[in-house]
Amino acid sequence: MTAATLRHDAPDAAHGIPTGTSTAGPAPKRIIIAYGFWLFLLSDIVMFSALFATYAVVGKATAGGPTGAELFDPTNVAVETALLLFSSFSCGMMSLAMGARHRTAFHGAAALTFLLGLGFLVLEMREFAGMIAQGATPQRSAFLSGFFTLVGCHGAHVAVGLLWLVVMVAQVADKGWRATVRHRLMCFSLFWHALDIIWVALFTIVYLMGGR
Amino acid sequence: MARPATALPLATALASVLTGLAGCSGGVLDPQGPVAAQELTILMDSLGIMLAIVVPTILATLGVAWWFRAGNARARYRPDWEYSGRIELVVWSIPAMTVLLLGGIGWVSSRDLDPPKPLAAATRAVPVQVVSLDWKWLFIYPEQGLASVNRLVVPAGTPVSFQLTSDGVMNSFFVPQLGSQIYAMPGMITRLNLQADKPGRYPGLSAQFSGAGFPDMLFTVEAVPRDAFDRWIAMARDQGDALDEAAFRRLAQPSRADRPRTFRDVTPGLFTAVANPGAVKPGP
Amino acid sequence: MFGKLSWSAIPINEPIDMIASGLMVLAVLGVLAWVTVKGHWPYLWKEWLTSVDHKRIGVMYVVLALVMLLRGFTDAVMMRIQQSISVGPDSGYLPPEHYNQIFSAHGTIMIFFMAMPFIIGLMNFAVPLQLGIRDVAFPTLNSVSLWLTASGILLTNLSLVIGEFARTGWLAYPPLSELKYSPGVGVDYYLWALQISGVGTLLSGINLATTILKMRAPGMGYMRMPVFCWTSLASNLLIIAAFPVLTATFAMLLLDRYLGMHFFTADGDGNPMMYVNLIWVWGHPEVYILILPCFGVFSEVVSTFSGKPLFGYRSMVAATMAICILSFIVWLHHFFTMGAGANVNGFFGVMTMIIAVPTGVKVYNWLFTLYGGRVRFQVPILWSVGFMVTFVIGGMTGVLLAVPPADFVLHNSLFLIAHFHNVIIGGVVFGVLAGYTYWFPKAFGFTLDEGWGKVSFWCWFVGFYLAFMPLYYLGMLGMTRRLQHYDDPSWQPWLIVAAVGVAFILAGILALIVQLVVSIRTRDRRRDLTGDPWNGRTLEWSTPSPPPAWNFAILPHVEREDAYWQLKRRTREERVAAAKALVYETIHMPVNSPTGFITAFFAVITGFSLIWHIWWLVALGLAGALATTLVFAWRDEREFEIPADAVAQADRAHQDAYWTGAAP
Repeated sequence: MTAATLRHDAPDAAHGIPTGTSTAGPAPKRIIIAYGFWLFLLSDIVMFSALFATYAVVGKATAGGPTGAELFDPTNVAVETALLLFSSFSCGMMSLAMGARHRTAFHGAAALTFLLGLGFLVLEMREFAGMIAQGATPQRSAFLSGFFTLVGCHGAHVAVGLLWLVVMVAQVADKGWRATVRHRLMCFSLFWHALDIIWVALFTIVYLMGGR
Repeated sequence: MARPATALPLATALASVLTGLAGCSGGVLDPQGPVAAQELTILMDSLGIMLAIVVPTILATLGVAWWFRAGNARARYRPDWEYSGRIELVVWSIPAMTVLLLGGIGWVSSRDLDPPKPLAAATRAVPVQVVSLDWKWLFIYPEQGLASVNRLVVPAGTPVSFQLTSDGVMNSFFVPQLGSQIYAMPGMITRLNLQADKPGRYPGLSAQFSGAGFPDMLFTVEAVPRDAFDRWIAMARDQGDALDEAAFRRLAQPSRADRPRTFRDVTPGLFTAVANPGAVKPGP
Repeated sequence: MFGKLSWSAIPINEPIDMIASGLMVLAVLGVLAWVTVKGHWPYLWKEWLTSVDHKRIGVMYVVLALVMLLRGFTDAVMMRIQQSISVGPDSGYLPPEHYNQIFSAHGTIMIFFMAMPFIIGLMNFAVPLQLGIRDVAFPTLNSVSLWLTASGILLTNLSLVIGEFARTGWLAYPPLSELKYSPGVGVDYYLWALQISGVGTLLSGINLATTILKMRAPGMGYMRMPVFCWTSLASNLLIIAAFPVLTATFAMLLLDRYLGMHFFTADGDGNPMMYVNLIWVWGHPEVYILILPCFGVFSEVVSTFSGKPLFGYRSMVAATMAICILSFIVWLHHFFTMGAGANVNGFFGVMTMIIAVPTGVKVYNWLFTLYGGRVRFQVPILWSVGFMVTFVIGGMTGVLLAVPPADFVLHNSLFLIAHFHNVIIGGVVFGVLAGYTYWFPKAFGFTLDEGWGKVSFWCWFVGFYLAFMPLYYLGMLGMTRRLQHYDDPSWQPWLIVAAVGVAFILAGILALIVQLVVSIRTRDRRRDLTGDPWNGRTLEWSTPSPPPAWNFAILPHVEREDAYWQLKRRTREERVAAAKALVYETIHMPVNSPTGFITAFFAVITGFSLIWHIWWLVALGLAGALATTLVFAWRDEREFEIPADAVAQADRAHQDAYWTGAAP
């Protein structure tokens, strides 16, 4: 580069110059990673919104089969919601433990997050199994296709999150608090909270509005 | 558009040239009914309005690029000229005003020529129900209890009011010389109103690809005088098979380039049953 | 054991198919054999296949695109020949089941595997250089994106040899694409190839958007970015917002086909129109994903070759972002004829026309950039002026189709085909070829041959008009698209003219190949030693050609737009003084990684076994992909160092020769 332009004190954000203005130069690695992951989460939310839109269209298309009101069990859904929200709380604890570099607290919070997430998944699988046993399979009607796909897609995200969490616990144990591990934990935590946001929308649109 | 006054005569001139050119060729350029005629007018007017902008723009592009070529010593080089508020204003307003005018045309004509809107006419419209099948068209005359395959006989000068659906995949019902096309889709009923002004034979087709037999999914619209139409009805009543559920299922089997044929005694409600498959027999 | 796969999947008794696939297999084997015999594998593997350098990834995207241009164009030639002879029933040389695959493959390949990789390749190559930085935000992810795109391409081309491709048109409308009406593997090839490459495209969009938003050189505020970076930003934001919809839509069609669900089926209360809506919610922004970066290329080229700053920079930025947003509220104009109702049609028609306003502004701004310039008629500007002339015609017919009653008679006709080829060839193809010629010397250190470039341009330009103007007219005559044969003999002369046009385009493509070969053979005569062959204005031209892996020895400090042009105005004394003040530091660059290649390997295995229902292989492929991710996550060495001395030596050598030396 013909760096004739360069001033001695050219700001280099990677070395601690504050960012925030659009002329400060490249942002620090942590910001870049978080930003990129945010964009990914946005794209994921866009994908969910396509599924939500489809569900809204086929919500009453039951082809003579069972409706949401006949199938949904509010108690089960309430417990699922509670588990997921608490797991978000414990995920927050996990981030705090990471900030304090406290391994025991981190592993405790991670285990709690995992169990709560797993509990959510078990309840969801039981709900699915119960519906299928009654003949309310995804093949029965457009409504049920939409239901199983939308809720199942969220469930699949939770399952991937659990797998990711296990990997992160192993990485902390193996590699300690190095920057790459902390960046990934930050992304995991963003991911886990995003799943909560999607669940709130799902709970409202599928179970509250569709259960009546 | 800055000067519609110059654009509209241009459009009309262009329309007449193109229409003259196409006089023998048929299609959209040779309209034979009120819908097609209005649509061609809208098409040509819009084209003319835009050509009034586009042709000068193309000429200006070529002219400016050539005049300011590197070898032209007479062209003034202005290496730092990059902004002019006045030009910017003009540059935004030319397309904006064109679009304002065209948007008006689009909005108004979209309402005037909405396919479900009944046509204004002295005579009552003839209802026809259209079912697209693999790969043929079934036309049901509900009031006469008749049906016809790949041949649509209608009285000239009388509006025809269509209801359309599909037994399987999507198709688009289109008679270029009569105007608007509309999709025939499974589980749904779309509506369309057309009219042929004069007796004649007008080719029809599917404008939406529907599989292997698609290119042969042709039909003929035969617009005939009212008395000939009545004779055809009377004749068709005495001919062919009855069209009940079983006969319909046989007809719906995939086939290509079917010869026109007619059915008598169409089971009432057949069209509705095809359009709402769930209502007849509950799903598995 | 092998699911639906058996020997009958290979079309032994279809001569045309076998010749085509045989030639393709031979070509691929030939290239592989040549690489093996010459012993190029270690070089290829170390320097290219595992590279995470944005410039090399960009080049590989463009290579993929050029190869797919040949493949997609072959389909076009076959279609044009078929239609120029197939008057009357069942005539022509291609039976419907073959013809229907060809037009489906042509659309799919040209949009997803020619235009998209070309655009993404140019953005990958040029954006970091223009922003004055060393790489994209996530270099290894960039390699993964490239190889996932390549996986989709491989699967699509595999369908030529093993099995069949979709016979549904390039957007696979249900119910035709449902299992009931398309029981073969063609639609599955289509869906899985696009799902896999779609993930690559999405990741690439996230990567480039993050790069542009968070990694610009010091001083490069948003309003100092080159316009190509702006249009790339808009395009990548559209990718992020639109491609997930495509993924979801295809996922639902896959669930219908694989698990018997009822999203878009005719029975079970499914709703095929939902698919049409969703696919166009992706599909219309997709058009702008393709064209916006080309607008950026034209902006750079017109300004550079006129020797002037771009006229109305702020207007250009505003117009770009306006198009970006408006592109999401026009999708219904693709199906005015599905009975949406007068007000809905009217609304979407008017919104569509409104997009023409910022687009029109852009054309006028290019015009006023030429105005007062000193226009050097080299190959890139020929493509640009050719584009301006052609694109306004395509824009005009587009607005015409946005008038609902006009669309009622022109929808799905050859008029529509002519319209979108008018904007895609006149806009996107001319744009990427302008960008290819413009940035080629930066990538390889020597310029492309002017003479053959001009031959190619004129062949394309004339060929385009001959091939597509007749289609406008045929559309007016009521000829619809995708006809394997037709009855009206008066259409045939026009279709023959169109076929002649395609012959011209073929000559244009051959000229491109000759140009490349000639330029490589005479490269020593056409070296670009200065790094600035066109008297450029933006930062990529401040680097040597080709740039070092780290692009910039020291990140430039940008003080206004056209950053390099401003620097070039300095006197020699100022340059020397600034050069003396430079302090070089050690540079850290990401290490090369086979992650992308291996991920793609497992993606192909998984995709192929899903298509053929070989479930154990699906499990194996997924396990392999997971293992790749884990190994990648556990590796420790991620960056290597380039010592300050080495950086200084390389940079000073270039500066002394071409910047601070006697004859800059």
